[in-house]
Amino acid sequence: MNIRQVAALARLELTDEEAGRYQAQVDQILHYVEQLNAIDVSGIEPTAHAAAVYDVVREDVATGGGLTREEALSNAPLVAQDQFRLPKVVE
Amino acid sequence: MNPATLTISGLRAAYAAGDLTPVDALTCLSSEIESRDPSIGGYLSHDLKLALADAKQADLSKPLGGVPIAIKDLINVKGHPCSCASKILDGKYTSPYDATVIRKLREAGAIPFGRTNMDEFAMGSSNENSGIKPCRNPHDPDRIPGGSSGGSAAVVAAHIAIAALGTDTGGSIRQPASHCGIVGLKPTYGRVSRYGLVAFASSLDQCGPMTKTVADAAAMLEVIAGACDRDSTCLDAPVPRYTEEIGKDIKGLRIGLPAEYFAAGLDPAVRERVESAVKVLESLGAEIVPVSLPNTEHAVATYYIIATAEASSNLARFDGVRYGHRAQADDLIGMYGKTRDEGFGEEVKRRILLGTYVLSSGYYDAYYLRAQKVRTLIRRDFEEAFAKVDLIASPVSPVPPFKLGEKHSDPLAMYLADIYTISANLAGICGISVPCGTVTVDGKDLPVGLQLLGKSFGETELIRAAHAYEAGRS
Repeated sequence: MNIRQVAALARLELTDEEAGRYQAQVDQILHYVEQLNAIDVSGIEPTAHAAAVYDVVREDVATGGGLTREEALSNAPLVAQDQFRLPKVVE
Repeated sequence: MNPATLTISGLRAAYAAGDLTPVDALTCLSSEIESRDPSIGGYLSHDLKLALADAKQADLSKPLGGVPIAIKDLINVKGHPCSCASKILDGKYTSPYDATVIRKLREAGAIPFGRTNMDEFAMGSSNENSGIKPCRNPHDPDRIPGGSSGGSAAVVAAHIAIAALGTDTGGSIRQPASHCGIVGLKPTYGRVSRYGLVAFASSLDQCGPMTKTVADAAAMLEVIAGACDRDSTCLDAPVPRYTEEIGKDIKGLRIGLPAEYFAAGLDPAVRERVESAVKVLESLGAEIVPVSLPNTEHAVATYYIIATAEASSNLARFDGVRYGHRAQADDLIGMYGKTRDEGFGEEVKRRILLGTYVLSSGYYDAYYLRAQKVRTLIRRDFEEAFAKVDLIASPVSPVPPFKLGEKHSDPLAMYLADIYTISANLAGICGISVPCGTVTVDGKDLPVGLQLLGKSFGETELIRAAHAYEAGRS
């Protein structure tokens, strides 16, 4: 496990001090969870969640989501022309 | 009469007798918070003005009419802040809507009042991961209140709240309830809507009551349970009258004792309290049956793979675009990375890193998929046990509340203390922590909780037995 690679996937910019600490701690936790490798799970179905419910459906009509545009934008760090404003993506 | 010391039913009785009004109760509660919370740190904020507006219109005929409820700071209440005790949201987010549990509480006449401290994004077992301020155990200010719903437990225990809402992903209602000496109920997965709760691990999270009595927990659960068209995991199952379980006897109820939950690592004084509680249940007519949950030893590893994987995905939404903190950077990717590094605390980053790794290409099968298969084995353990018994009894935490700072530098040691609570979340079943006495450590009496676990949608038996114990223990 290379903590810098994982941090890049997670969109976390780490300081060198953080990277060193997390490398050691995550390695230690991974070593602990590797106990699961000793269990025979052949033929066992995975459990994604414990609720006995699948495929909840409703009429295909727009419900509006419950928020007005103003409410949806009310916590945005930066708004322009009724939209979320971001740093430049394309040169 | 200090209304802050009352239970939900006591407050309702005082209203009915005309001794108090909701405005009186909230005003007193607010001044109690201001004088006593600074030494506890249970609240992140409270807004008397907003609450008084609700109190003036309170309909006392409703089941929770005029009852103030403290709210864990990850549950959205329209017009209130919701920081999840994280710097990434603190001071930068006001909820534009009510969570379903809040809507249901309001419809029952309750008044959301006060935002309670917690481990950041509910990640922790001691409240030491709060990004805002520490929270202390009212029974000994040098000790942790438990977590992640540490603030909710502390304010109820300290009588600066009537009752509170918490959430439980791996024990976050039951463990702080045990450490603070109150009642905490984790409903079955699918019993209570999570719409409007900031998600930690979506296959594990549940929301439930944290109260002074079992009867209060039943009253709150009866209100917040039930289907929700905005949470597809919330089952459309009828909601029983949980309050009618209060006072029923438990003669013939079969209660299992799992050998694995009374094994090495359990503090002898905690064990003694829990075993005494089991004897009380037996004296009330319950039949005590030995059971086995053989995959218990794998629960912590399974949990910390599944929970961190889901967290890494859920917390991707905190990227500086739509809400919360945004760091200054020249490009978008740089803005994401810097925002998240500045905004998230240490434990949150550690879990995001672990979760990202176990889901990454080439490792998914080895970690996440394997953990989901072991989860199936853990579920089967409970199915087999519940074929023989109606409930399972155990400790909540293997140890009494420890000192602030004692385990903070060793994340794995902290995770291992969750051993008795996390399996219920993996199996999706319900559980409750009920106070069962105290142990004396360094001259202080520290609370111990009895955990009862019920089968899926078995809250009726859970509440019946918890109340019978509560009433019969003295």
